[in-house]
Amino acid sequence: MADVMTNFWSIWICVLTTVVILGCIFLLRVCSKNTTGVKEGESMGHSFDGIEELNNPLPKWWSYMFYITIVFGVIYLILYPGMGNYKGLFEWSSSNQSIRTLDESKAAVVQALKEGRWVQYDQEVKHADEKFGPIFQAYADTPLDELVLNKEALKVGGRLFLQNCAMCHGSDARGSKGFPNLTDGSWLYGGELATIKTTIMNGRNGMMPPKGGLPIEDSEIKGLAEYVVKLSGREHDAALAAQGQGSFMKGCFACHGMDGSGNKFMGAPNLTDNAWLYGGSRGAIEQTIKNGRMGVMPAWKDVLGEQKVHVITAYVYSLSHKEDKE
Amino acid sequence: MKFNHELVEKNIGLLGIFTVIAISFGSLVEITPLLFQKDTTEPLDGQIPYTALQIEGRDIYVREGCYNCHSQMIRPLRAETERYGHYSVAAESVWDHPFQWGSKRTGPDLARVGGRYSDKWHEVHLIDPRAVVPQSNMPGFPWLAENILDGELTGKKMSILRSLHPNDDMYTDEEIADAQQVVEGKTELQALIAYLQSLGHALK
Repeated sequence: MADVMTNFWSIWICVLTTVVILGCIFLLRVCSKNTTGVKEGESMGHSFDGIEELNNPLPKWWSYMFYITIVFGVIYLILYPGMGNYKGLFEWSSSNQSIRTLDESKAAVVQALKEGRWVQYDQEVKHADEKFGPIFQAYADTPLDELVLNKEALKVGGRLFLQNCAMCHGSDARGSKGFPNLTDGSWLYGGELATIKTTIMNGRNGMMPPKGGLPIEDSEIKGLAEYVVKLSGREHDAALAAQGQGSFMKGCFACHGMDGSGNKFMGAPNLTDNAWLYGGSRGAIEQTIKNGRMGVMPAWKDVLGEQKVHVITAYVYSLSHKEDKE
Repeated sequence: MKFNHELVEKNIGLLGIFTVIAISFGSLVEITPLLFQKDTTEPLDGQIPYTALQIEGRDIYVREGCYNCHSQMIRPLRAETERYGHYSVAAESVWDHPFQWGSKRTGPDLARVGGRYSDKWHEVHLIDPRAVVPQSNMPGFPWLAENILDGELTGKKMSILRSLHPNDDMYTDEEIADAQQVVEGKTELQALIAYLQSLGHALK
């Protein structure tokens, strides 16, 4: 794992650093001596445009400050890492930077704790875990149907939602074209608590290919769209819709159901509820049929972890069940 | 000849040489050893080189100056790792020439943005950020959807990258030969999205 520098480079760093520090001391001492042969405060014997150069010594405050920085530097190099592979008396480091996999990263945290080394980032995370860990653990131990009644948990879930989910679903969770509205009670894959959690954990991949992958002619699309409009219970052209129904029976029903009510196992939308992810105008429906729609919900398991997803699930559920909270 | 202040003060060439020596110590100590370290020169196990399309996307990222507002370096601070994921390690950037760490974050860090949003989201967002994030102050980049890549230089870029990392087997000759064909006809938007989706998967 942690690949330390070879001795050569470690010595290289130590030698150069020491040379520089000694060099600074040397330079400072040389420049503090009067080697000009002119008395202090007297003219150096030349003037530029009437301005004379006097032989003034280095200002005391300045050279003392310089010595102090040298002393500070030496003390720092003794306490903190800096000299090649030397770890410093404090054995402090900012992070386990030489890790090469996530497992190594976890192992390095344990290792540092065992050796009693102070890794700044690990300590920060540890303190936070001590503070927030029990809260999330308590939420994780609460079944989702109880968690949705916990106002504090919903508040936490709301924050997490804003930070991670609002980019697509909007800060009010009402979504936008192509990104589902989570407040309307209409669900592609099901709105049960367990289903919502699965959706967030593993993501979803919409799979409507162009024309549903069916032998549908471009000329049929207009009728098909009219039939979809009819299914959603809106005013429609009966003759055109009847034509579209024929096209629908070519195979659309396999996913959307004979009555167009969809199939939550596949995420095939219900066409009868008049809730539209990509727009419900005839034009939008025609576009959807013609080009297909492949909506993607990314998986959040690895990014957020199950505990946070658990809390977000409760929050998302609460968005379309406002009455439960009262 | 006596060596003194006056000599250096009156000889600009000598002053230059001494200045270079004085300021080179920092680099000699802090940079040179890193050029010979595994951590900073070798990719992680299973790290995947940018594909032809991703290379073009990366060049568009640089061209449009995305780095002016987006960093690609997650620092080891909890506030950052909670939001962006595990802190970045040096090996993740070994194939980046130049790296895109950046130093300013008007927008969020992108080091691990790959897979966080769908391709469709990136498409909508790059063309008009406010269509999905009303509070965003990111400019739109609608021309990316209209510009078509010809891929003329893609293969060349790949072979240069390969020559910089002779030990890493970055690309086969076939991949380089096919590069133009892969890229040709794709929009700049597709290339940029392919690049963004590739970011941050190496550390597993």
